[in-house]
Amino acid sequence: MVPEAKFGSYYGRPVLKPPTWKTPDVPVYMFLGGMAGAAASMGVLAELTGRPALARVGRFAAAGGAAGGTVFLIHDLGRPARFLNMLRTFKPTSPLSVGSWILAGFGTLTGAAAATEVTGWLTGAGRLARYGAAVLGPAMMTYTAVLFADTAVPAWHEAHRQLPFTFAGSALGSGAGVGLIATPPSQAGPARVMAVAGTAMELVAERRMETRLGLAGEPYQRGRAGRLMRAGRALTAAGALAAAVSGRSRAVSVAAGLGLLAGSLVTRWGVFEAGRQSATDPRYTVVPQRERHAAR
Amino acid sequence: MAECHPVGFQWVMEAKQRGAVVIHVDPRFTRTSALADLHVPLRAGTDIAFLGGLINYVLQHGLDFRDYLLAYTNAPAIVSDEFGDTEDLAGLFSGFDPATASYHPRTWSYDGARAAAPIGHPEMGADDHDERAAEERLGATGEPLTDKPRMDPTLTDPRCVYQIVKRHFARYTPEMVEQVCGVPADTFRRVAEAVTSNSGPERTTAWVYSVGWTQHTVGVQYIRAASILQLLLGNIGRPGGGILALRGHASIQGSTDIPTLFNILPGYIPMRRAHRRQSLDEFVAADAGRTGFWGNMKAYAVSLLKAWWGEAAQPDNDFCFDYLPRIDGDHGTYRTVLDQIAGTVKGYFVVGENPAIGSANGTLQRLGLANLEWLVVRDLQMIETATFWRDAPEIETGQLRTEAIGTEVFVLPAAAHTEKPGTFTNTQRLLQWRHQAVEPTGDQRSDLWFYYHLGRRIRDKLAGSTDPRDRPVLDLTWDYPTEGGHDEPSAEAVLREINGVGPDGAALSSYTQLADDGSTACGCWIYCGCFADEVNQPARRRPRHEQSWVAPEWGWAWPDNRRILYNRASADPQGRPWSARKAYLRWDPDLRRWTGPDRPDIEATKPPDFQPEPGAQAQHALSGTDAFIMQTDGRGWLYVPTGLMDGPLPTHYEPPDSPVANPLYAQQANPTRQVYPHPDNRTHEVGSQVFPYVFTTYRLTEHHTAGGMSRFLPYLAELQPAFFCEVSPELAAERGLEHLGWATIVTARAAVEARVLVTPRMRPLRAGGRTVHQVGVPYHWGGNGLSVGDSGNDLLAATLDPNVHIQESKAATCDIIAGRRPRGADLRRLVGNYRVRAGLTGPAGMERPDGTDQARGT
Amino acid sequence: MSNHLSGPVEDVTGQSGYPAGHPPRMGFFTDTSVCIGCKACEVACKEWNLVPESGMDLLGSSYDNTGALGADTWRHVAFVEQVRPRESAPVDLGMPAVGRPGGQEAADADRDVTWLMASDVCKHCTHAACLDVCPTGSLFRTEFGTVVVQEDICNGCGYCVPACPYGVIDIRAGDGRAWKCTLCYDRLRGGLEPACAKACPTDSIQFGPWDELRGRAQQRVDHLRASGVPRARLYGADPDDGVGGDGAFFLLLDEPEVYGLPPDPVVTTRDLPAMWRAAGVAAATAAAVMVAAFLGGRR
Ligand SMILES: Nc1nc2c(c(=O)[nH]1)N[C@H]1C(S)=C(S)[C@@H](COP(=O)(O)OP(=O)(O)OC[C@H]3O[C@@H](n4cnc5c(=O)[nH]c(N)nc54)[C@H](O)[C@@H]3O)O[C@H]1N2
Ligand SMILES: Nc1nc2c(c(=O)[nH]1)N[C@H]1C(S)=C(S)[C@@H](COP(=O)(O)OP(=O)(O)OC[C@H]3O[C@@H](n4cnc5c(=O)[nH]c(N)nc54)[C@H](O)[C@@H]3O)O[C@H]1N2
Ligand code: SF4
Ligand code: SF4
Ligand code: SF4
Ligand code: SF4
Ligand code: SF4
Ligand SMILES: [Mo]
Repeated sequence: MVPEAKFGSYYGRPVLKPPTWKTPDVPVYMFLGGMAGAAASMGVLAELTGRPALARVGRFAAAGGAAGGTVFLIHDLGRPARFLNMLRTFKPTSPLSVGSWILAGFGTLTGAAAATEVTGWLTGAGRLARYGAAVLGPAMMTYTAVLFADTAVPAWHEAHRQLPFTFAGSALGSGAGVGLIATPPSQAGPARVMAVAGTAMELVAERRMETRLGLAGEPYQRGRAGRLMRAGRALTAAGALAAAVSGRSRAVSVAAGLGLLAGSLVTRWGVFEAGRQSATDPRYTVVPQRERHAAR
Repeated sequence: MAECHPVGFQWVMEAKQRGAVVIHVDPRFTRTSALADLHVPLRAGTDIAFLGGLINYVLQHGLDFRDYLLAYTNAPAIVSDEFGDTEDLAGLFSGFDPATASYHPRTWSYDGARAAAPIGHPEMGADDHDERAAEERLGATGEPLTDKPRMDPTLTDPRCVYQIVKRHFARYTPEMVEQVCGVPADTFRRVAEAVTSNSGPERTTAWVYSVGWTQHTVGVQYIRAASILQLLLGNIGRPGGGILALRGHASIQGSTDIPTLFNILPGYIPMRRAHRRQSLDEFVAADAGRTGFWGNMKAYAVSLLKAWWGEAAQPDNDFCFDYLPRIDGDHGTYRTVLDQIAGTVKGYFVVGENPAIGSANGTLQRLGLANLEWLVVRDLQMIETATFWRDAPEIETGQLRTEAIGTEVFVLPAAAHTEKPGTFTNTQRLLQWRHQAVEPTGDQRSDLWFYYHLGRRIRDKLAGSTDPRDRPVLDLTWDYPTEGGHDEPSAEAVLREINGVGPDGAALSSYTQLADDGSTACGCWIYCGCFADEVNQPARRRPRHEQSWVAPEWGWAWPDNRRILYNRASADPQGRPWSARKAYLRWDPDLRRWTGPDRPDIEATKPPDFQPEPGAQAQHALSGTDAFIMQTDGRGWLYVPTGLMDGPLPTHYEPPDSPVANPLYAQQANPTRQVYPHPDNRTHEVGSQVFPYVFTTYRLTEHHTAGGMSRFLPYLAELQPAFFCEVSPELAAERGLEHLGWATIVTARAAVEARVLVTPRMRPLRAGGRTVHQVGVPYHWGGNGLSVGDSGNDLLAATLDPNVHIQESKAATCDIIAGRRPRGADLRRLVGNYRVRAGLTGPAGMERPDGTDQARGT
Repeated sequence: MSNHLSGPVEDVTGQSGYPAGHPPRMGFFTDTSVCIGCKACEVACKEWNLVPESGMDLLGSSYDNTGALGADTWRHVAFVEQVRPRESAPVDLGMPAVGRPGGQEAADADRDVTWLMASDVCKHCTHAACLDVCPTGSLFRTEFGTVVVQEDICNGCGYCVPACPYGVIDIRAGDGRAWKCTLCYDRLRGGLEPACAKACPTDSIQFGPWDELRGRAQQRVDHLRASGVPRARLYGADPDDGVGGDGAFFLLLDEPEVYGLPPDPVVTTRDLPAMWRAAGVAAATAAAVMVAAFLGGRR
């Protein structure tokens, strides 16, 4: 029978259009970008504090992450020209425009840095590029949170205060993860700190997303998104724990690093999925708006 | 109306905005119902009982518009004492002949007034032993009487029309309406109150109908019932009143005016009949009324003959009257199909029609097509009628075999309306010129091109022939100017020929100029004036805000650009408007003429007190109060003394397939309905347990008729992408039907499958002491195109109204079961099993309309 | 800044940089109380704009087989069937002037049946999230105050899709670019009314200068309410709402969500400053964490 509309929805159909972004392209792009941002800053700090191995890892991870992220973004867009199209203008109201410029700048700088390092040419300029990228690093770690939040997707938009911390924490963890994997434990101390602090930051932010967003926080706990978020948390927490106790053990460090990286990726994926879920079920759009409307 | 005439429905919305009450009477809750104030669901096929109930309500409560009734209708006329009503004769009128299943209308006539042969029905009442000819009696609008009847202005004489009508409908009480129609008596009373309180000097009520009323074996009598009600209430000839027939295809009105019908000539002049040697004068004398505007029929006929045969038509050869083709009986579409099956019709032109899908009983249609020697299909799309030989459902079941079909099929692509200029005559008789928007592509040509060049080539082939039977073709005026690379005949030249010319060769401006001496030529008298002043009047497009509210300069309406017919009745007998609110025409005593926003439907200078000279003819025999100028007596007929095949008054008969016995009469169905016996054309027993549900067929806004113009177009097809049926939640529960699942609908004719839409808009009714479930079956689907499905018309039997030969496609019975239908030979087996269970296994015969077979309840 | 991102705007066209003397803001008032669900608007839109067919699926949602607005459906007619037992005394049909004047509801013998039909379209928001977030400038505000995608600039990034609070704009499969109602920009420039409005037989879709339409809408809703249709309400006509008012607004006969519309949409960019602030704090925190890790941590 022609179904009667329930809780005021139109045959249960979504009010919003779920994001058309592809998986894994977009979660991977976000993960790589965040990791690269943290790695860039980490590398320069390591360089300044005399940890050459960590510095080197940071440089290459930053360049690789930026390049990889761009590749995934282009794949999502379909063809390279479409990425260039992003740069035909600068639009402060569009986090994707701002982000594209950040990504472009960061990618160029990290790429240049890596190139000078490999070739040994223009080392002065390489250093400048490294420092520049390091300054952009924190922006790389967080702009994707604004990218998600600046949509009508309830789970993302309502989380606009928490998501940057989640992403920043997650990026710290993943940057640290690369450091843990690729550096001798002797130089990886700060990475361990980053791992633990980042994870704490992420977990607190996620907890807030679950508790402070009302109905919009629900998707993070339900279904596929819930499973991904829980897995992400478990991996991240395990990674951070392992990092904390890894001491001088290379094996434990590597395991910790892998856990942190995996956790970061899975968490982005979970956030992405939560957004999709919240956009697809009209309840997440209608019920809070109805309450808000009634409250006025 | 919202579904099928959405553009016209804007005016209903406008009226509603201004306070009009909108009531929708329909078995289903449709888009129209949604915008109405009240929806009245009724059992399909029972509107005569409903309207009869309203007539009875008016008469019982004395709510008729008495001054109007006395002045303008035949309510006071005295009827012959030989007349016997259905009330006395168990549902039959006097004069029924069981042998031919038809009426001799002699006893129906006015008392003392000679029942002359009506226009278009010369056989009626005459001894005519040719049965086929007897079946064919209809054509033109009927004005039979040559003398005016005797009147009783007190309306008390028991034999006056008023009293006869009152007695006839006395049993149509609200309770009876409830029993027959399933409309609760209270709801019925609300409708009755609304209709009557919105009628009278200050107000008018309009009835709007389309094929929900016409496609019945008693379709003509549905409209008659509405006419009686409207005449009683004084709602005809007045602004906001009337009975509005919403017509179908663009210009279907035009194709009745200048007919594609077999039994009339342009302007409703009857077709000549075979087996009867008649001169033109005899023909006119037999068919024309002496009084009223039909009294000028000879002028109309001669002008038509002049238009067709030009110089060849001369007084000494009766203006080529003998060139006219003649008919020897029913040559309607269903008769023709049966004749195809019988092998007597060998070739067939199908032009702008898709009978394999659109006509009742698809199997019969396709069996007929498969038995032709040749078939020409001119269409926009590759419709099922053109491809039946390879993909008809009967091929799947094995009833037909492609290899065994000998029909040679010619498919010719047609240009669409956007690709050619011409007129549409729409529902309110309005001719509107349509400009060509684009050139047709490829081999597409207009139908005008096709017929013109076909005629030209035939004439070329016949050139030089001395065979007299070729003369009618060779003498035709066939000389239209052509234009463009494809020699497209000028549509404007054709329109001008239809308009007609006078002795000086100039375009005429009114049918009153037509003469019977051969000095004028006119292709269709009612269209005379559409090219007045050598101007293409239908092409006028003056915006309504720049002219009077009647907008006479938008297009051109026949006759004479008159927008409301019989508008003399908008004023009282003295020529004053009935009320200021409803003023339209008035007699201006100073100017000594009729004035108002419209062309008066009476001679403009005929004063209200005009009395005809004794012996006057035609319109001169009508008085200044005779508002119905086409009638011989100048009056609107409540009672039809002659001219109809199935009785002078509407009577409720059950549809041929009915779930209940007729609660009103022993006579179950229309005794004069046309049946075509064939094993695949059986109707169901009354109240059959095998076919317990009623179904009705209809249209959806998103599709067009047989689908040729919608199923093939993505933008329309996607809007209703699959054949579905609509059922109530109650029926779904009873039959285990699931929303969006499949159902198989079965009749003795066929079984089809449809997706199921369960909707509370459909609801069961209580009628005849039982619950009646109705199934909704839109009929647009077939196998070709983008949106495909089984065809609803396969379910129907072809049984027709005897007056106009339209099929009953709105009320029939069926069974409905969950799931898809069987495929291949199993499908025929399923239908066969149903026939066995229903006891329908005899020879082709059965279901004779003899009217006497009441035990079987025909 | 905040005035640019949310809240009422006096002259949305001027705010977008058009010089004084630009045409008035044009929009739609869709009065669903007179919509007859004929879908002429849907078809006319597709015909004029050459929008592809959007699928042959029987959806079973009453007579709606289109489902929703999308890249290939720029007008969408919703159908909602509701049946209620008779609440009120039957309408007195006898007095002609007091019939139920509006709405898609008819009385039956013992029940009231409502069949809501409403034609939905892009809202051409005063604060259009799609436009705000579009990184390429493909989405722009026209001189008529409407919001249009330029298909030659769109790079298919898809950002506008989840940004729209009404779920209007979408990416076309196989094409990868975003499409939606242009408010018939080409027709407007040619002095014509949009195809959908032109085709609408009942004037359910009214096109005109925005200010004028709002006045008309208010009158219509007042009239309906006064004549016994308490459920009539305007939707999207309030410049104080979350999107600063819609260029295309509606008269509805039930809650918006019944038609698939969000009850209280807010343009996401209203919160953009807060978002960047949060991101800034998070970034700074992350930076601080790293600095601390390197300066204060063990080796
Ligand atoms: N969109 C669209 N418009 C069309 C057409 C089309 O195919 N599609 N076709 C055109 C043509 S050719 C025509 S003839 C017209 C037809 O126009 P309509 O007559 O309006 O068309 P239908 O839908 O066939 O029938 C009308 C209604 O009659 C109801 N009905 C069935 N049986 C009965 C009955 O016994 N009594 C009453 N009172 N109602 C009954 C049906 O439920 C249906 O809602 O439409 C024209 N306009
Ligand atoms: N069960 C059931 N059956 C019905 C009805 C019903 O209500 N119920 N209604 C009946 C009614 S009222 C009607 S009118 C019929 C309609 O039935 P049909 O007339 O058989 O069906 P249409 O699909 O209208 O066929 C018209 C064809 O003309 C083609 N065409 C369009 N323009 C042109 C042109 O300019 N030239 C040429 N040569 N072809 C053109 C179209 O492509 C289309 O295929 O169906 C009848 N059948
Ligand atoms: S399809 Fe043509 S004829 Fe039919 S309602 Fe629309 S405009 Fe009128
Ligand atoms: S409704 Fe959506 S697509 Fe339309 S202007 Fe507003 S935000 Fe943009
Ligand atoms: S998909 Fe096109 S229109 Fe939408 S935001 Fe991206 S570039 Fe702009
Ligand atoms: S305004 Fe134009 S583009 Fe927009 S829905 Fe109407 S017809 Fe389509
Ligand atoms: S064209 Fe008008 S009446 Fe028809 S569905 Fe669209 S808005 Fe409603
Ligand atoms: Mo028709």
